[in-house]
Amino acid sequence: MSINAPAKPLTLKDYKSDLHNDWCPGCGDFGILTGIQMALQQLQIEPDKLAVYSGIGCSGKTPHYINGYGFHTLHGRVLTVATGGRLSNTDLTVLALGGDGDGYGIGAGYFVGAGRRNADFAYIVHNNNVYGLTKGQASPTLSKGKKTKSMPEQAIQDGINPVAMAIASGYTFIARAYALEPKYLASIIARAIRHKGSALVDVLQTCPTYNDLYTKEWYEGADLPEKRSRLYKLEEKGYDGKVQDPTDEQEMIAKKAAAVARSYEADPIPIGVYYEVELPTYEDAVFQRIPALGEKPLVEQDVFHRDVTPLLEGMR
Amino acid sequence: MIGGPQGSGINASAEVFAKACSRAGLRVYANIEYHSNIMGKHSFYRVRVDDEDVRSYKDKADILVALDQETLTGDGDHRRWATHYGHLGEINEGGGVIFDSEIGFDPATAKRPDLRFYAVPFMEIIKKALEEVGKGEQARRYEVMKNTVGLGASLALCDYPFDLVAEVIRSQFKGKRSEVGELNVRAAKLAFEHVKQHENAKEFPYTLKPGGEPKARILAKGYEIHAIAKLKAGCAFQTYYPISPATDESVYLERQQREYNLLVVQCEDEIASINMAVGAAHMGVRASTATSGPGFALMVEGIGFASITECPGPVLVMYQRGGPSTGMPTRQEQGDLQFALHPAQGEFPHVVIAPGDLRECYQDTFSAFNWAERYQMPVIVLSDKKLASVYTTIDKLELRWPDIDRGEVFTGTEWTAVDAKGPNDSGSQTGHNGNGNGKMDLANVKEYLRYAFAKDGISPRSRPGVTGGRHWITSDEHDPDGHITEGVEMRVAMMNKRMNKLKLLQKAMPQEQQYFLHGPKDADLTVLAWGSTKGTILDALKALEAQGKKINFLQCRLMRPFPAEAVGAILRSAKRIVSIEENYSGQLAQLVQEQTGVMIDQRINKFDGRPFSEDEVANALAKVYDGAKAEPVVTHVH
Ligand SMILES: Cc1ncc(C[n+]2csc(CCOP(=O)(O)OP(=O)(O)O)c2C)c(N)n1
Ligand code: SF4
Ligand SMILES: [Mg+2]
Repeated sequence: MSINAPAKPLTLKDYKSDLHNDWCPGCGDFGILTGIQMALQQLQIEPDKLAVYSGIGCSGKTPHYINGYGFHTLHGRVLTVATGGRLSNTDLTVLALGGDGDGYGIGAGYFVGAGRRNADFAYIVHNNNVYGLTKGQASPTLSKGKKTKSMPEQAIQDGINPVAMAIASGYTFIARAYALEPKYLASIIARAIRHKGSALVDVLQTCPTYNDLYTKEWYEGADLPEKRSRLYKLEEKGYDGKVQDPTDEQEMIAKKAAAVARSYEADPIPIGVYYEVELPTYEDAVFQRIPALGEKPLVEQDVFHRDVTPLLEGMR
Repeated sequence: MIGGPQGSGINASAEVFAKACSRAGLRVYANIEYHSNIMGKHSFYRVRVDDEDVRSYKDKADILVALDQETLTGDGDHRRWATHYGHLGEINEGGGVIFDSEIGFDPATAKRPDLRFYAVPFMEIIKKALEEVGKGEQARRYEVMKNTVGLGASLALCDYPFDLVAEVIRSQFKGKRSEVGELNVRAAKLAFEHVKQHENAKEFPYTLKPGGEPKARILAKGYEIHAIAKLKAGCAFQTYYPISPATDESVYLERQQREYNLLVVQCEDEIASINMAVGAAHMGVRASTATSGPGFALMVEGIGFASITECPGPVLVMYQRGGPSTGMPTRQEQGDLQFALHPAQGEFPHVVIAPGDLRECYQDTFSAFNWAERYQMPVIVLSDKKLASVYTTIDKLELRWPDIDRGEVFTGTEWTAVDAKGPNDSGSQTGHNGNGNGKMDLANVKEYLRYAFAKDGISPRSRPGVTGGRHWITSDEHDPDGHITEGVEMRVAMMNKRMNKLKLLQKAMPQEQQYFLHGPKDADLTVLAWGSTKGTILDALKALEAQGKKINFLQCRLMRPFPAEAVGAILRSAKRIVSIEENYSGQLAQLVQEQTGVMIDQRINKFDGRPFSEDEVANALAKVYDGAKAEPVVTHVH
């Protein structure tokens, strides 16, 4: 996304609304909120030129805490509303976010649809392995046989792999980060926003209220005989998921395969950018078909003085 | 009438004929019946032509062109349960039947000694036309021209000037394809001559003459009119997921994208379609979508979402078809009125309007965008399969379109429109950035509030990108900022604010767009109906009037907000009332009962997937007029 910096530098405070926050104390969502605000500040995005869309869930409340235009939509449909908004005004920065249930379960069809389209927005998924707002049922990322304290029985279905799903769907920027490391998260989100095309950031998020399996301590490896983080950063192991030559199909396939392979690593879990490629976006294709939209966004077009006489004449 | 297997081009020849009549100043009403199938199943097209306005089809035609055996005798020979019995019973006394001699049909088996039969060697004629240009051996490749042969043959019977038709055919094959056009003209001409030589063709009782003078009329289908109205109204964003009979509108718009700077998005499903349109409308563009029953069933959550967030749209053209579930995808039904009125959970304002003919399709679709933006709510235009696909003459649409009204818009320069009458939130949070904590004093709020309690309940809308117009929207109940609230006072105030907009809208809407009483004020019988049966009822009433029967017709058009008072007054003063609907239960009758307290006991319903014919309506009404109880069900079996 191209970003025009405002005259007066914006501070972190400029991205905070003063609405009272009602997440549980210690919720990983706080870290994600901070990460988003830090990224916005780094990029100096004007709040009036920012549209943040969310689904329904604990995570869905995030836009209310961000100073910008906020759209708290429906459970699972966030990407559809965001796409409609994005295509109507291509001058804005569009962020979409929501829970893992929201995006990978009820919204899975739209997750795939958005990947195929590759419209220009960043999508941040708060992946806490549970349905938080409905009190802790298994989410689509919880593996078979697992049981959190909120579940009466072990998960009977298997979990999905968001990174592999994003690769298969066509996302052109795919990353993973950790909610309780907001600085690193912010750097990833900033890259996702800057990326031209559909960008997914799957954020591993703690839910201290319902998810007693994947807690802060678990991610820190406090239970291991020798304490070590259960996360590692891809770039620190020399991994580079960026496709250098997007016209080279072989390179693209190889990078996708490498990303999928990494995404199955369970201990430690890789975070960072799995895959990145610059390909024409949906908007590019639209501008090619309808050149006027490349000059100014749909919302600013004068569509109120159309001459339909030729159409009527054709019906004689 | 022309019938044949799907894919055989019967629509092309019917439409060429319709055009040739319309261009010569005649009025045309043509409708197609077809299966949900791509190739092979039976379809037929009726073309009714007259000097005066025709708005419906009749039970019987004068000429039948049959491209196959099934058109003559039905499908009982190859189906366990016949779906139809052929169209031989639907020809007027002494009418003509043209059929392909290759099918080997024996007219003696028809049991219609009054009819004149013409066995025409379709393939031979095509071959002959091809031989003239040295392509005789390719005849099988040109089998699709059978429809043109049928057309040429029928022109010979009704004695319509061949040149008028030839001109239309030529105009449809321009440029590189003009050679094919000539070939078609040639084949039609040979067929024309073939029948003309027939002894039996002389003094055929049903002839057709061109009109006195050509008129500036157009020949259009409803989906085109819905689409053109959208273009003219400044719709900039259309979404869709393919579904009969709604797809045609979107594909038509897609074709106009480049010319009119309109974006058409084919979505992954109807949930995406509606919500993308909501996203676009909140972004400030006029947005719309189109669907039919199954798609509408998926859209419902999005409609409630649009309404609670006071979205300036979208406009949804809903093409009803035979339900329930997948039902009868390509057939007619007025089965979704109650569904459109109650699409989703909770109570929320939205508009439902049901146009009765193509002119109303255009008025209502255009107005829908104005209402959506002024009253900030979704608008459903309830169309149907019949309106979508009917091919009929209309006097050239007057180009005096209504004005565009974009409603109250916050421009980012001034903000004074806050009325202090909203409830004060007793909590410590106002939630609005920069507004600090403490009691909320709406009178002194200097910042923009998306859901401010403005005097008439309509808060000026803003959109992302507008400086100073920042706000939140949420599908949860919310406060003036657009933040979630579960407060009692705010809930009540917001519900009242939203619902009150319906009253404003009803007050502002022209009466004739809400309902219309056709015919004499004082009548012995009042017909209550809505939507696409309008033309059929008007045609039937004309016939009944000629028999001295005094019947008027109350057409309901605005279904929500419903003009209960006015409709109630008309019905209370009616001597007798009978409703006519193409559904099982009488959904308008239910609505009228609920809204006005007037009971509608006499109901004429048809739910066989076919629209009423003029005769069906006239016969059913004549019986009721003469004192019989309304026959609850009319079906089309001849
Ligand atoms: C159509 C629909 N079905 C169910 C719900 C109830 N619901 C609200 S939030 C939620 C799940 C939230 O889980 P997730 O998306 O993972 O978000 P989290 O709360 O964990 O952040 C559900 C099922 C709903 N709001 N809408
Ligand atoms: S339930 Fe879990 S995800 Fe939701 S607010 Fe509480 S800690 Fe956060
Ligand atoms: Mg979750």
